Order: sequence, then C-alpha cells, then structure tokens
Amino acid sequence: MSDLVDLTAAAAAERIRAGELAHADLFEAYRARAAADQLNAFTWVADGPPAGDPYEERPLGGVPVAVKDLFCTEGVPSQSGSRILEGYRPPYTATVVSKLAQAGAPLLAKTNQDEFAMGSSNENSGFGPVLNPWDRGRVPGGSSGGSAAAVAAGLAPWAIGTDTGGSIRQPAALCGIVGVKPTYGACSRYGMIAFASSLDQAGPLTRDVTDAALMLRHMVGHDRRDSTSLEFPGEIALPRAEALTGIRLGVPEELTGDGGGVEAGVRENFEATIALAERLGATVEPCQLPHAPHALSAYYLIAPAEASANLARFDAVRYGLRVDGEADLVSMYSRTRDAGFGPEVKRRIMLGTYALSSGYYDAYYGTAQKVRTKIAEDFQTAFERFDFIATPTSPWTAFELESKTADPLAMYLNDFMTVPMSLAGIPAISIPSGLSDGLPVGFQLAGPAFSESRLLDAAYALERAIGFDGSEARK
Amino acid sequence: MLDREQVLHVARLARLELSEEEVERMAAELSKVLDHIEKIRELDLDGVPPTSHVIDVVNALRADEPEPSLPREVILAAAPEPLHDGFGVPSPGAA
Repeated sequence: MSDLVDLTAAAAAERIRAGELAHADLFEAYRARAAADQLNAFTWVADGPPAGDPYEERPLGGVPVAVKDLFCTEGVPSQSGSRILEGYRPPYTATVVSKLAQAGAPLLAKTNQDEFAMGSSNENSGFGPVLNPWDRGRVPGGSSGGSAAAVAAGLAPWAIGTDTGGSIRQPAALCGIVGVKPTYGACSRYGMIAFASSLDQAGPLTRDVTDAALMLRHMVGHDRRDSTSLEFPGEIALPRAEALTGIRLGVPEELTGDGGGVEAGVRENFEATIALAERLGATVEPCQLPHAPHALSAYYLIAPAEASANLARFDAVRYGLRVDGEADLVSMYSRTRDAGFGPEVKRRIMLGTYALSSGYYDAYYGTAQKVRTKIAEDFQTAFERFDFIATPTSPWTAFELESKTADPLAMYLNDFMTVPMSLAGIPAISIPSGLSDGLPVGFQLAGPAFSESRLLDAAYALERAIGFDGSEARK
Repeated sequence: MLDREQVLHVARLARLELSEEEVERMAAELSKVLDHIEKIRELDLDGVPPTSHVIDVVNALRADEPEPSLPREVILAAAPEPLHDGFGVPSPGAA
C-alpha cells in the first residue's frame, strides 16, 4: 500500500492508463488513509469512486482529488468551514470540480479550511484547526490548510484550494508542497462559496510541479456560468525545462527587505535558492515594486468590503442555520449571523461594512482600488525587464498553534508577499525550497497574466535542482 | 478610532447582533487594523483610476434565452422553513 502512496499523481495516472494499476486500488489506498486522518484535514471522506467511469481512458486516470470545503459538491457537505452552513448539501457542483471529474479525477474528500477562507493558519475553521504533518504542534497555514496538509501527509494524491490573498501558496509553503494561484479568470468561480469575488481563484495543491501542471490543464477555461472566466490561451504545457538559461529574475526589495519581517532561516533559504537559480543560468537583479508595501492595507479594505457584500446572503432564509429572533425578520437575521459566524468572519464583515459605509467609501474602498491600480502598474513595469518576480512565499515557516491568534494584525502580516500578486490578478507558484529547523520553506515565483506554462517550466527546473524530499511528512 | 457607537452602527448595518463583550473587543481590534491601513491615505493618488477589473476585458454578453432551472423542491430542500412552495420568514413588520 505504502508504495502506491509514494507515487505522484501524474505517475499514478500513467500506471492506471497503462493498465499496470487498478484505479479502485489507488482510490481505496487513499480513502483508507484519509478516513484514518489524525490531522483534522477533512470534513467529509467518500466511500468509494463513482462506479462505471472508464478511468483508464481519461487523462487523469481516476487519481482522486481532495476538494476544499468551499467548493459546492452536489449532495456532499459544502460548508466553507462555517457553522452557519453546517451540513449544507448543495444541489449542484462547482465547475472546476466537474471538469476534474470529467477528466478522470473523482472526489476523494472535502478538506477543512479557515471559515469562508478568511485566515492564514486554519485556526478560524468552525470545525477545528488542522495540524501540520511536519509538526503537529504547528499550523498548516491557511486558508486551504486541510488541502495542503492532506497532500503533504499523503492522505490525498492532490487537492484543490482557493487563493484570495495567498490561501493556496502560503499553506503549500508551510506544508512543503507545490501550490499555484492562476491568473484571475483562468478558472471558473462558479460553485465556489465566495469570499472576495475580484480576488478569489481556484488552483492546485500538489506534491510536485508536474502534478500541478497536469491538474491545472484540466481546470482552466471559460465557463458560461462565470462571466469573469476567460478562455485560456493554449493548453497548459507539462514542464520539462532543465535549466533557466536566459531567464531574468527580479527580486523586489520591498518584499524581501526588512519590511516584510522575514525570519532568518527563511531569508537564508531564499538566498540559497536564488544562488541555485543563477547556477541554472538565470540572471538575477533587484527590482522595484514601490507600492507593494501598501498592498496589505489595500487588500484588507478590498477583501473585507467584498466579503461583507458576499456574506449578506447568509440570511437564514434559503439555506443554512436559522436562529429565531423576537418574531421579526431583522432580529432573526442578526441573531443567526451572530451565532453562525466565527470571530474572524465577523471582524471582516464589520471592517468591510465600515469601509463601504456612507461617508467612508471614497476614503477607504476608493483609495484601496487606486492603490491596486498602482500595484498592477508596478508589476507591468517590472515585467518589461524581468520574466518572473521571486520572493519567499511566507515570511515565516509553520508557527505554533495559537501563537498568533490573539493579534489579528500580526496574523494578517502572513500575507505580505502573496497579496500583491492577488491584487494584480497575476499567476504565482510556491514550491518547497528546503527546510529551516526541520520545517518547510516556500519559494514564490510570479509572472505576467497567462504565463502559467512558462512559470511552471521555470519552477520545474528549480524543483529538480533543489531535490526537496517531502516523504518525511507522509510517514 | 472606532468608538462604541460606531461599532453598534456598523453592526446594525451588517445585521450582526453582537454581544456586549464582542462590541468592546471589536472596537479595539478594528481600531488597531484601521490604524495600520490608514497609511495608504498618505499616498499621492491624484489622477489614478481605481481598478474595476484586473484583467483587461471589455464586456461579457450572451443571448438572453430562457433555460430550465433546478426544480423548486430541490431548492426548498435546504431551506430552514419551506412554506407553501416558498421560503417562510417572520413578518418584517412584527415587533
């Protein structure tokens, strides 16, 4: 059994398609591991694969996928980590989940997450925190913490998550796996329980870069049910670069200097990875993203503002929890929402409502959207000279449970290096670049809109040279 | 920064019936976050257009053609109070 779990998803799919492995055996190996999970990574685990699919003929070979709780899955609990949606079974399935199933990746499990994807540690889940498989006293990151922990621990071959300000990349970094935030609009948001609609993007969390490319290939594309989704130009290529010859990497001083509060071990690892990139043929130079230090502030106005509007739908009328009020409608709304939402979600709804309220809109939301324009322009200027921007993914490695929960602002600083790309709508990948004190460190590469294939190729060359071994977390 | 009255006003707008303890905590936490965020108001942003959409797309149009929707009973299955083929709610005017 254990050798099955050592296969990457792409390798397992290849074996199934070649008739050397039965897809049902692979599903059962992972189902059994997921059902015995000790990390609280899952909110639901399947009994078995849907029968009768000719998986051997499908590109993904029947290799099952773990799906973040916030993706609607027909008849299967989809709660976005919130008690307000406890037990909710939607009548339809999110487009990216359907597309993956169509390509031969059936649903294995739903994964735990920060409530409504608001968090960087998975401690905001209504269903309890997820533990990091590298050290169970530490967080897996968030908000896609269940997906990241499940893949790192070998409880799922691969998983999908969503990234609004870093929620795929940061947990991937803290768990020692690969995470991709695609270009805004590359993947349909239909069926994703919304957090901040102008930022939310679905993407893969996988054991290696090849798995990420293979999965992303079957996620992208225009969907008539999401008018912000776009036709992806060409097919995502499977990576094969062995060198970085001619690649120009920019290292933004604003995101890698002292402002971000980068830990010494993370900085050392980042510098070593940059040196490795140079040995692979890349040219590396400092670059400027002058407005990037303000990205976090803009993000913590824009995302809560959009969230406060999106979460208005939880009104105890059509689905979800209802707490009776004093016989009138408004007190029913208000009591239900106070009882059903956790502290961080309430905080962000309050922040967003305030930022959008009469007399403050221009000063807060309006200003933040202008800063966003400047951040996008900074990246455009940088990409005239550079192919990719490189930063650490997170200023820290996995931190201890409850060590940052008392101070919301300190928790927000987790997103310092990931939020600028989200605001600019550009793709970024985090790959494991080594260990610091026994904990994984993530290396982030970001490129222009729709540069996913090139980005994956560069990440692949680096991955080969780094030779990160994640098997420790699967034991 | 944010006083108790402002917190209660925003909570009313957001339809959140906060407990006394939550009101106190929210005032302190939101003030601290807003203090940090305030810094962006020092930037010179004269003439900068606000972002409306990050990827340059002009419009997304489709033909307005009726299509079947999910059956009523499927939608009502998730409702806390299905009533006469619709959603039951308390009277907006009561109390």
